[in-house]
Amino acid sequence: MTSFHVPHPASSILSPPPALCFDGVSFNHGEQVLLGPCSFSLEGTGPTLVMGPNGAGKSLLLRLAHGLLLPSQGQITWSNNRCPRQAMVFQQPVLLRRSAVANLVHALAVNNVPRRARTNLARDALERFGLTACSNKPARVLSGGEQQRLALARAWVLSPQVLFLDEPTSALDPAAIKAVEAAVREFHQRGTRIVMTTHDLHQARRLAGDVLFLSGGKVREHTPAEAFFNKPVSREAQAFIAGELVE
Amino acid sequence: MENNAFYVALSLLLNFDAALFQIVALSLQVSLLAVLIAAVLGFPLGAAVALWRFPGRGGMIVVLNALMGLPPVVAGLMVYLLLSRAGPLGEWGLLFTPGAMVLAQVVLVLPILAALSRQKVEELLGEYREQFVSLGMSRSRMMPTLLWDARFALLTILLAGFGRASAEVGAVMMVGGNIEGVTRVMTTSIVLETGKGNLPLALGLGIVLLTLVMLINAGVYLVGELTRRRVG
Repeated sequence: MTSFHVPHPASSILSPPPALCFDGVSFNHGEQVLLGPCSFSLEGTGPTLVMGPNGAGKSLLLRLAHGLLLPSQGQITWSNNRCPRQAMVFQQPVLLRRSAVANLVHALAVNNVPRRARTNLARDALERFGLTACSNKPARVLSGGEQQRLALARAWVLSPQVLFLDEPTSALDPAAIKAVEAAVREFHQRGTRIVMTTHDLHQARRLAGDVLFLSGGKVREHTPAEAFFNKPVSREAQAFIAGELVE
Repeated sequence: MENNAFYVALSLLLNFDAALFQIVALSLQVSLLAVLIAAVLGFPLGAAVALWRFPGRGGMIVVLNALMGLPPVVAGLMVYLLLSRAGPLGEWGLLFTPGAMVLAQVVLVLPILAALSRQKVEELLGEYREQFVSLGMSRSRMMPTLLWDARFALLTILLAGFGRASAEVGAVMMVGGNIEGVTRVMTTSIVLETGKGNLPLALGLGIVLLTLVMLINAGVYLVGELTRRRVG
């Protein structure tokens, strides 16, 4: 997959986030088409919120974009044809059976950050996400909100140019959701391209720069957030915003 | 009184019998060394089978699982043929030495460690896979991470291996020869004393062996439990 380099936080602020382009991408399971074919490109500053009912193919789209899955047809390309540094935060954070700080140190080690720099970078990230008190606690006994913040901190130390988030708040309480959304904004301010799935309309209104709306495995519309919430074009999106139960 | 096995065991221990001490020390040395060697080879082997897809992988898993039940005498026979004068490794002159006993026990323990660690690592990989791929980790980079994160399970697996090594008698008897002062261990002495009709001594030795295995298990359990509580 992607090859990572020593993170340079400053560099990602200066350069615009890399653009992502889906060209006729589809994903099949046997005979069944689960997603696509879909074509769109994410070029603006975002954040891009991928919305749609359950089973619309949101998570699939994220995994294809991140390279966890390969498309059955079509091509996924990045601007300049270079695969950017990227990270992903999952709905259920996947944490190693070690302390919080050791989880970050491991991610840095995997990405060939020099040994001496690791602990300091890890501690800085823990502090940024309000986890200093937990740094030596086993990661897997932290609360759900703390675990998700730790997953965000792990993404942070890697200085990704693109961050994918798959329903990162669906299992969290309001206070934890607020912390995650603040973290997402921080990534965005650092110049990271954000691509996040949610089925929470309120959250989308709070965060979205543009919205990619999916239903039934197809991209129904891709519009700036304001246009999407005020004047959705597709029938499916109209129904979704109106609060009808869309399939 | 002299016919009471517990009395015999106790007096053997309290009198600090030199011959007994030597037998116990050799038993521990052989089994611990065998388990150590088997772990160094078996854990990475198990993890590799869990991580990589290759032709014959399914067959290899079946063979590893089946070899967990390898009869010690068969393992002993294989090592015997290997090390006997006319055998391929005959020149090493290992037959009827503690080295041969270690080799035989490695053959017995390795499949247990490899098969059980394969299962555990594969289970853990299922949980971690997407995160690992997201982090850009190669399979060979995943291996140490998975082995470390499976450390508590591996400790238990190690104990299972040690249990097998310290309890078996067939293999060490065949390749060691139960030579007094050279290759006599707890289990072979028990067989010998039983054969001689010296049942209290045989039973006494059995009690000493059991106590030792218990102590080692308790120690490992304690260390594991304390660390687990700290790491979660």
